[in-house]
Amino acid sequence: MRRKKSFGIPSKYLLVILTIFCVMMLFVSYVTGFSGGPLQAVSNYVFVPMQRGLDYVGSLISVSNEDAKSRKELLDENETLKQQVEDLTVQLNNTRLQQSELDTLRELYQLDQAYSAYETTGARVIAKGTSNWFDTFTINKGTADGITKDMNVIAEGGLVGIVTSASKHYAVVRSIIDDTARVSGMTNTTWDRCIVSGSLASMTQDQTISFSDLEDTSDSVSVGDAIVTSNISDKYQPGILIGYVTTIEMDSNNLTKSGTITPAVDFKHLQDVLVITKVKEISDGNENH
Amino acid sequence: MEMKTISRRILTIFLLICLCFVLQTALFSRFELAGVTPNLLLILVASFGFMRGRREGMIVGLFCGLVVDMYMGTYVGLYALFYLYLGFFNGLFRKIFYGDDFKLPLILIGVSDLIYGLMQFCYLFLMNQEADFGFYFWNVMIPEAVYTVLIAIFLYYLILKVNQWLEKTEKRSSGRFVR
Repeated sequence: MRRKKSFGIPSKYLLVILTIFCVMMLFVSYVTGFSGGPLQAVSNYVFVPMQRGLDYVGSLISVSNEDAKSRKELLDENETLKQQVEDLTVQLNNTRLQQSELDTLRELYQLDQAYSAYETTGARVIAKGTSNWFDTFTINKGTADGITKDMNVIAEGGLVGIVTSASKHYAVVRSIIDDTARVSGMTNTTWDRCIVSGSLASMTQDQTISFSDLEDTSDSVSVGDAIVTSNISDKYQPGILIGYVTTIEMDSNNLTKSGTITPAVDFKHLQDVLVITKVKEISDGNENH
Repeated sequence: MEMKTISRRILTIFLLICLCFVLQTALFSRFELAGVTPNLLLILVASFGFMRGRREGMIVGLFCGLVVDMYMGTYVGLYALFYLYLGFFNGLFRKIFYGDDFKLPLILIGVSDLIYGLMQFCYLFLMNQEADFGFYFWNVMIPEAVYTVLIAIFLYYLILKVNQWLEKTEKRSSGRFVR
């Protein structure tokens, strides 16, 4: 027979007491937005250093896709990439011409540049969230490196997500494909706004997320159009690429359209991300996010 | 002597929680199967539940949950509640648990993971009413349960050995105490 523990509360009562404790914690954190506070120091000094080390070891042993490619595949890829470079160079030249024209016109009109390049800082993804249900991950920079809550995270030129909590040496990022994520977006051609909502279901099935409430009055949005973050979003900086429209159809109300978007970022192989070190400031509390 | 054995147990469990948590988030996230990672913390909570009873299961569950809560940074107490109940649930089976039999532990861990999935779905459904249960059942819950049980074969053995070592040292020191 094993000895009883020194405290003699029957387990039924202990269960009730602990349940009440948890529910109270939940209530407090829901009301006050408290998320660990001093307790997070434990993760700062215990877990994060270990995760960093293990992540480094993991990156050494896991065979990367690049190493496994055969010579022929590489040659083929090289060929297509060269072709792409040529195409892009032509495009770039055109854009440069247009840009200089735009600059002169802007100077004439004395307009400020609408979208200045955002200042970013690089960070490495060191761990995934503990749950398979929510798409969150941890980066190796925190408040000590100037990261705060609500900063936008980008990678490969596309939007990845938003910092939901920042601790001293790490920060948790919720990606836009998470089921609970909502981003206010717009098309970059007509500036029609829509709501982009993440979905694990459609992300697993065909690598897309959905958008809805697109008021396409001029009926000009089509498959392949880029969706960027909108200027009215209260948390996301405007003009960051979210993805490209893959399907679009009219809603039953005949007013708005909805469909799916292929995100610009490869969420399966996220390693290094950029954090925009500027938080969008909105004076008025805007409900939409 | 009493203090020493208890603190040894607490320290060991703390190290096990650290190990499982770090492995789950940093290492196994690189070895996803069918898009899921195994839930090592759940294996730990369930094992302590049926090896040591309701009380210890609950306490280990509570602390595992708090670690997850702190780390995820949403609502503190949510996962603590999930794991607390899983620890209690597994503690109910302590009477029919024998150390050398692997069938019951693995079945319990699998069932616990499915229950954990159901709890997560309830939470998700509160956040997003459009969540489709069928999809989550086949694409998240089942793969996670299978993968977790696979990993549990190895991890459970480790936890079992650690627990046996703890119990042996506890018995020895308590024997000395009586004498």
